[in-house]
Amino acid sequence: MRTGIVVFPGTWSDRDCAHALLDVLQEPVRYVDHREQHLDGLDLVILPGGFSYGDHLRCGAIARFAPVMEAVTDFANRGGLVLGICNGFQILQEARLLPGALLRNASCEFRCEWVNLRVEQSESAFTHDCRPGQVLRIPISHGEGNFFADPDTLDAIERNGQVVFRYCAPDGRVTADANPNGSLRNIAGIANARGNVVGMMPHPERACEALLGSVDGLAVFRSAIHALTRVGV
Amino acid sequence: MAVAVGREQLDALALNAEEYGAIVRAIGRDPNDLELGMFGALWSEHCAYKTSKTLLRQLPTEGPHVLQGPGENAGAVDIGDGLAVVFKIESHNHPSAIEPYQGAATGVGGILRDVFAMGARPIAILDALRFGPLDSGHNRHLFQGVVAGIGGYGNCFGCPTVGGELYFDPGYADNPIVNAMCVGLVRHDRLRRASADRAGDAVLLVGADTGRDGIHGATFASVEMDERSGERRPAVQVGNPFLEKLLCEACLRLNELTGVTAIQDLGAAGLTSAASELAHRGRRGIDIDVDRISRREKGMAAYDVMLSESQERMLVVLRPDAEAAAREVFDHFELHADRIGTITGTGRIRVRERGALAADLPLKALVDGVPLRAPAATFVERRPAPVMPAIEEPEAILLDLLASPNLRSRRPIYRTYDHQVQDNTVIGPGFDAALLRVPGTSKGLALTTDGNPWYVALDPYEGTKAAVAEAARNIVCTGARPIAVTNCLNFGNPERPVVFGQLQESVRGLADACRALELPVVSGNVSLYNETSERNIPPTPVIGMVGLLDDLSLRCPAGFQEDGDLVFLLGESREELAGSAYLRLLGAPCEGRPPTVSLEMEGRLQAAMLDSIGRGVLRCAHDVSDGGLLIALAESALYGGLGLRCPGIVGPISREAFYFGESQGRIVVSVAPRRVPELQKLMAKHHVPLHAIGVVGGEEFQIGSDIRVSLDTLRQAWETAF
Repeated sequence: MRTGIVVFPGTWSDRDCAHALLDVLQEPVRYVDHREQHLDGLDLVILPGGFSYGDHLRCGAIARFAPVMEAVTDFANRGGLVLGICNGFQILQEARLLPGALLRNASCEFRCEWVNLRVEQSESAFTHDCRPGQVLRIPISHGEGNFFADPDTLDAIERNGQVVFRYCAPDGRVTADANPNGSLRNIAGIANARGNVVGMMPHPERACEALLGSVDGLAVFRSAIHALTRVGV
Repeated sequence: MAVAVGREQLDALALNAEEYGAIVRAIGRDPNDLELGMFGALWSEHCAYKTSKTLLRQLPTEGPHVLQGPGENAGAVDIGDGLAVVFKIESHNHPSAIEPYQGAATGVGGILRDVFAMGARPIAILDALRFGPLDSGHNRHLFQGVVAGIGGYGNCFGCPTVGGELYFDPGYADNPIVNAMCVGLVRHDRLRRASADRAGDAVLLVGADTGRDGIHGATFASVEMDERSGERRPAVQVGNPFLEKLLCEACLRLNELTGVTAIQDLGAAGLTSAASELAHRGRRGIDIDVDRISRREKGMAAYDVMLSESQERMLVVLRPDAEAAAREVFDHFELHADRIGTITGTGRIRVRERGALAADLPLKALVDGVPLRAPAATFVERRPAPVMPAIEEPEAILLDLLASPNLRSRRPIYRTYDHQVQDNTVIGPGFDAALLRVPGTSKGLALTTDGNPWYVALDPYEGTKAAVAEAARNIVCTGARPIAVTNCLNFGNPERPVVFGQLQESVRGLADACRALELPVVSGNVSLYNETSERNIPPTPVIGMVGLLDDLSLRCPAGFQEDGDLVFLLGESREELAGSAYLRLLGAPCEGRPPTVSLEMEGRLQAAMLDSIGRGVLRCAHDVSDGGLLIALAESALYGGLGLRCPGIVGPISREAFYFGESQGRIVVSVAPRRVPELQKLMAKHHVPLHAIGVVGGEEFQIGSDIRVSLDTLRQAWETAF
């Protein structure tokens, strides 16, 4: 799997994503500059976490206009795999590649902590290796991760099975206590209708080594590897 | 000597008549306004250490692994594999008292720049904080603003905040302590010193434009505060962590280029300090053309430009033929860079404005010429420790202590800090010391800050010794070996003999402890004049320490691990209650002799710990500190989510002192039953007393017939909200 990791000014999870893919999974990666206009030869594009453009104006609102985003949109429309993590999720929404919005956390505070995610479906390219109902332990680190969508959109993404992850208790129950940021219906990650674009607030790249507390994030990256083999891209 | 300037002008610069005289002697004439402003900034306590320098000479600064001691942007220590750890702690107390969010944010920004100026990538931030009690709205405003500012800057920049400490005491009302420590990593061959030693090199100013913010911030940090200090708000700078992130990446890339001579951050006293120190370290001179400096607003005089403390700026010195390659780096990160001057062979700093010479000063006098002050010192006589009635309800006291602001869980704070970014955090905040992986190796770095203010208040010498010993103990509890120290000395107005006496004793304690434990002091900062409306803060030395663990797989956690493990107390408990959280809870006055550290005993305890952890004997280890033995045991239970059964502990001392006394040099450990003989043998070998406490397991925390409480109840108390 050839992975491109997009670097905007202010991105900081780029190196962590490269570490997870290259050092842990031995998958080749290259950094993609925000000014690049071609993503030729890539199988997977990651929009990593960070504070692109300092979160000025609104998280992801400026990054969405970076030259690379046109290429990312083309890539996604052609069926390429795109994963937006944290700020990358916010950018994908700003770019209209994913529905909804991410508001300020209900606590009005930044939150960095371990959460449990219930996998809602194994159809997306990033949950292919998981089974529905499986619980993944992965950390969050954000101030604006409160998922919001209007009722029609919300119903539509539920109906289409686009909800990929929900915040849950360790035993998989979706409870108000397990919701770290006020997200509607505890939504932590969603896919587009086709399932090739996924955005998630938690950081799977921080959960790829037992030394750091969990290896559950590997399922996200391995799913992408296997999804590619499956369709023979 | 006749003084050509008014008293008011000198006061505004915090210079005295004697110092003005020294300036005139050094330059052979009266300085003009700009020159006087430059002297005022560089001869401020904050920049020149004029009151503390003589004392600081006692500190051991050398060691076989020290690559860079004090005097640079940060210290550096060899950790093998061709790598060096670079670190420093610095205060931002005065700005934080006025504008807590920006004060704390720019404190973090400043210390990050110190580390990446050395060529190192910042990998961790720690913060030592002290506030007045939260029942005051103003203290709460300061506390919330500072915490938000630290998170706001560090989170956006992308450096994890992995540790620190937080205390509340009425002595910090209106004058909070905000110390930020940054730790970075660099390859030896890329370790950079900010020394411009080649005449003809070009000088570039990179990053933010220069504005009027922070003019005379260094001076402001060198005077006491009063009710009018709020008017100093314009002297507080505003941070831009996004720009800093770009600046950091650019500097790290610049560090790979040939032809780059030096990189220096602009901190206190702005361009004046950065340019002067850089050129003076290289025994050269520097010419600056202020017209070439991009500004945020029109109408700024040379004075404003030279003394601005606008954040996120760096000076880069390079060979003229390297400028094109450097500009490519700046362009990549869309950073602005002005070529503002040249390194010369004159030994002088010359500032030109519109072609005319606006300042022309000898660097030796400006950087090194300040007359050192030797204030009078007095020492306060110790009052006897308060005598308190024997405790009747130890369980209620344990719960009250766990819920008290100084001992309760810090999670509500550290969860607002990104403590994981960069994928190296093995043990995060909330324990004895944080433990970070050294990327690409099996090694770990243990990091901590410490400084119990009450022990220092009772006895600055013993209290500071205790701070060093405790920091080292926190490090060894993870299995790491302490390797070096940074320190931030926060004191009141040194012109008051009592305060100078505190400083003198504290530095002596720091020197003795570091020498005994063989820990070089490689960097540090002194913050004096922490005095508000004639009230001085309690003396507050903060020790930052770094330890090295050669094999991360040997790391030792702080929480109980397995049902059935046996719990022991290492070290000696004495009848020491003065300065304790227990007495504060009872409302007793903070008086008496604080717990004293035997450095010889401490050395043996720490050697015994490293020996035991290195052999894999221990399941967990936790330092006994604030709150005493029962608090340490309760914390290990809460960390691990496992209870404790203790049949009752009888010591040679009173129950109060055994339960809640804070005797130093003690550690709680748990071991698998089959390894107890090994533990006993090891402790006998190192002559460390060993005291059996109980057995890990169950859902309850039980101490004889005195305490029987569920873990849930303990947790509820511990997780009391701020």
